[in-house]
This record gives sequence, structure tokens and C-alpha cells, in this order.
Amino acid sequence: MSDAYLPPGLPIPVPERNGLSTPYWQALRGGMLKVQRNPRTGAFQWPPQWIAYDDQGFELDWVEVAPRGVIYSWTRVWHPVHPALRDACPYIVVVVELPQAGNVRMLGNLLGDPRQDVPIGADVEAVFEHHADAEPPFTLAQWRLVD
Amino acid sequence: MADRSLRGRVAVVGVGETAYYRHGQASDPEFVLCLKAILAACEDAGIDPTTIDGFASYSNDRNDPPTLATALGCRELRFSNMQWGGGGGGGAGAMANAAAAVATGLADCVVVYRALAQGQFGRFGQGPQSRTVSGDLALTVPYGQMSPAQWYAPKVTRFMYEHGIGQDALRAIALASYHHAQANPRAVMYGRPLTAEGYDESRWITEPFHLYDCCQENDGAAALILVPAERAKDLKQTPAYVLGAAIGAGYRVHSTPAGFATPDLASSHFQTLAPRLYEMAGVGPADVDVVQCYENFTGGVLMALVEHGFFAPGEAMEFLKLENLVAPTGKLPLNTSGGNLAECYMHGLELQIEATRQLRGQSTAQVPDAEVSLAVAGPMVTPVSTIILGSEATL
Repeated sequence: MSDAYLPPGLPIPVPERNGLSTPYWQALRGGMLKVQRNPRTGAFQWPPQWIAYDDQGFELDWVEVAPRGVIYSWTRVWHPVHPALRDACPYIVVVVELPQAGNVRMLGNLLGDPRQDVPIGADVEAVFEHHADAEPPFTLAQWRLVD
Repeated sequence: MADRSLRGRVAVVGVGETAYYRHGQASDPEFVLCLKAILAACEDAGIDPTTIDGFASYSNDRNDPPTLATALGCRELRFSNMQWGGGGGGGAGAMANAAAAVATGLADCVVVYRALAQGQFGRFGQGPQSRTVSGDLALTVPYGQMSPAQWYAPKVTRFMYEHGIGQDALRAIALASYHHAQANPRAVMYGRPLTAEGYDESRWITEPFHLYDCCQENDGAAALILVPAERAKDLKQTPAYVLGAAIGAGYRVHSTPAGFATPDLASSHFQTLAPRLYEMAGVGPADVDVVQCYENFTGGVLMALVEHGFFAPGEAMEFLKLENLVAPTGKLPLNTSGGNLAECYMHGLELQIEATRQLRGQSTAQVPDAEVSLAVAGPMVTPVSTIILGSEATL
């Protein structure tokens, strides 16, 4: 897809054979952000896990969460370690905290000028980057600063 | 209750290494490098290699104890140990595991070893070349986040942000390693000094890491021999006694690549270990004469030194100056053989050897009268590990 942040050719994300993260990847395809939540305590958790961190129960819900976050940390990559990224540097990776989902954290790219200052603490919103032509197709949650 | 401490019960009596090479430059197969390092450590100790009865390593070393014991003609194999996980974070853990085996009578003569020929196998610094990725990797690789430098950089960025720490602190750590390597003929960077300007002008790898904030990738092997303290006195070298060690991590420290989810992101993960380490060793940070601290990336050293109690985060800019970090005059001589940055990236086992040499008076950047020697493995990974060795005077 031409308007993706990074060029094609990187490994394609697919759920594990055991399906642990399938609801996450399916939700992204539909433009939704989902994480796990313990139905007994209401505690959010991420990344996908079979068991609840807080009460060791195996039943976990997948719940849609607001695609809004705060930049917690970041790096700007200048040295490519994959052939597909040879001409793609620099690019920005952000660690985003989701205050409306128990402060779970996710990674993504910060859209826009790759040389921009990256303000820790700034509000960001998710942008669903669809790779419809990939085999198999997938969607990434990317992030952009909220004005 | 029986004494459950390692303090003073086990000694490092032999150290050995192959020549250290840039990655891909070793002519020997990795297994041969491993054998040669073990034989060098035996020679150093003055012991017969066939009396080795235990093996301990880490990071899924490819050279397994049964094969090594068979090749070396060891009469009996009693201890065959691998420290799980953590890559270079297992270096002091392998030492601790070996010491525990010796202290408890599981084995009498254990070799801790690591052999690494990244030219003959995959390189740590390259991203995955597969067509698809799953699991935690799928949450990072599609964003171009796929190498150790990239995974750990946000931890350091956050720590520097929280405490107002600038690039000069990381630079001082890099300069200390290169400074010490200039006195060490074994060092891959011997004869290749680094200046402050050279650091500043070097390219970014991934912010906040310049080229010189990142470890090398090398070929070679290293080994240390551990025996009961009472036997150590009769061997060739001045013994270096294990005073204390700790392995692990705090609450919910995710393995790489899911480290972004670790609640305490801005950490090298020694907060829970350092108090246990000092308690077992019976010493505190002020007693430590010399420090070897694994530089995967300089930012990990910064956080590890804080978490080992040498200075508060707010004091980092003041403390981390080259003059404080160099032997023999600095307040806290650091990475006195050149470390992972400038001696060799032997996955940090070269740091265990250097910690031992300091107590023998055999370092090429000797700290006068070193009695307490700290060696920290693999900050920012999980599990991490850390060990304190001491001279006979500390017992």
C-alpha cells in the first residue's frame, strides 16, 4: 500500500497458530483497537496473554478501547537492520500509553515528519493503516499527534 | 538454618580466552574456540582439564556440556547448566549457578564458558528475515522495531527524560571503555582510541544511541574455572572469592521484544537484585573498588550504576565524567579492560574475567589494591544478573 509509513517488504504480522492474538488483528482490520481485560476485576492487560496477571484466571475478554494515547517514550531509527528499510531511515517508533485502558502500552510509528521533535506526554490518536494487498492482508495501528 | 549464602565458599581460580576477533574473522570453528578458552583457563589455574566436572553457560550457547566433557576427556560430568533467557544478562548468573553447584557439593570444578562466532551463525544486530512474524514480534517488527538497540532505546530515552540526563553521560561511558582498551593488547579496539569529538560526530544508530554507544559483534570464547575456596589456596593464581550474586528481575518485566509493556520501562532491572547482592556479599556500594558493567548500550550502564547505588539519577551528569571512570585515579573505575564496546563483545564473560584479574593485580588498567570487584551482566534484559568477587582480605 503506497501510503504506508514504512515501505513494503517487512515481515507480515499474522496471529499465532494457537490464535492467542487473533481478536486483536481481526479488530484492526475493522478499524477497532482491542486489548484484553479481566472480566472479574476489570483490569486491562497487554500484550496478549492466556492468563490474567492479577488473579490468574484463564477467562479474559477482548474489549474495544478508545484509540487515544499519550507518548510515553520513543526512538528515531537511523540505521536499517532489514533490507526493506534501507532507504526508509530515519523513522520514528513511539511507545504509547493508553490512559483509557489501564495505561497499557503499545508500539507504533509516529506519523508525519520523521525528523520532528517527539514530545513525551503528548496526546496521540490511532490511525489504522490497512495493508489490503499484503498476503495475508493486515492492518497496523499507527499514531499521530492530536492538534 | 544452614548458611544459605555463597559468601566466601567458592573461588575463581582460572581465567582464559581466545584471541578476540571482529565478527566473521575467527578461523577456528566456534566449538574449537570454546575448547581453547577452557584449556587456557585450566592452564591459568594449573588444573588438569579432565578434572572439570561441571559446565555452566547462558544465552543458549551452542556448545553443550556433554559434547565438551566428551571432547575434553572429563572423567565425570556432574553439573550441566544453562541460565535461561536474558542473552548477555545471564553472564553473572552462570557464574552464580556454577558457584552454587560448587558450594553445595554438586560439583567440584565447574567451568563457566561462552563461545560466540557471530560470523559463523546469525548476527544479533540483524532483524528477522522471515516472511511473517507472530506473537510479541508481530507487535514490534512491522513498525521497524526489530533489533536490540531499537528495543532498548525507549527505556533509556524515558530514563533520561525523567531525570534530565543528557548525551554527555552516555558519552563518558563509551569513552571510559575505549580509554581502557588502549592499554589492553587483547582488545579489538587496542590502538583505536575514541575522542569526545569522534563520539559526537559518529552516526546515530537509533536515538539516543550513537554508533559508539553500541557494543561490537565479535568472534571468540572465554572461560573461568570455579572450585571450593579451600582448594583455591593451593592453585597457581591469587583466588578471587565469590562474595555474593543475584539473578532475576522485578515485577512483570517482559522479555524482549515485549519489553515496551514492562510497567517499569525506564529501568535496567537491578532494583530488586542489588539489595540482595549487597546483603549476601556483606558490602555496600561504597566498598566497591572497581566495576565491570555490561555495555549492550551505554544507557543500560547508566541505569545499572544508578540501581547498584553508586549515584542518584539526579547526580548522573555530575558523576558520569571520564575522569571519574578511569583507572587508576577515578572514583569508580569502569570497564577497565575495554568492555563490550572496546575489548570484545564476548557476551560479557570478558567482564567476569576482568573482575577477577583486578583482584589478582593483573589488569592492564589496574586499580591499586582492588579488594571488591563488581561485574554486572546485561542491563535492560530479563533476567539480569550481577556478582561481587572479593580478595582474601574481604573474607
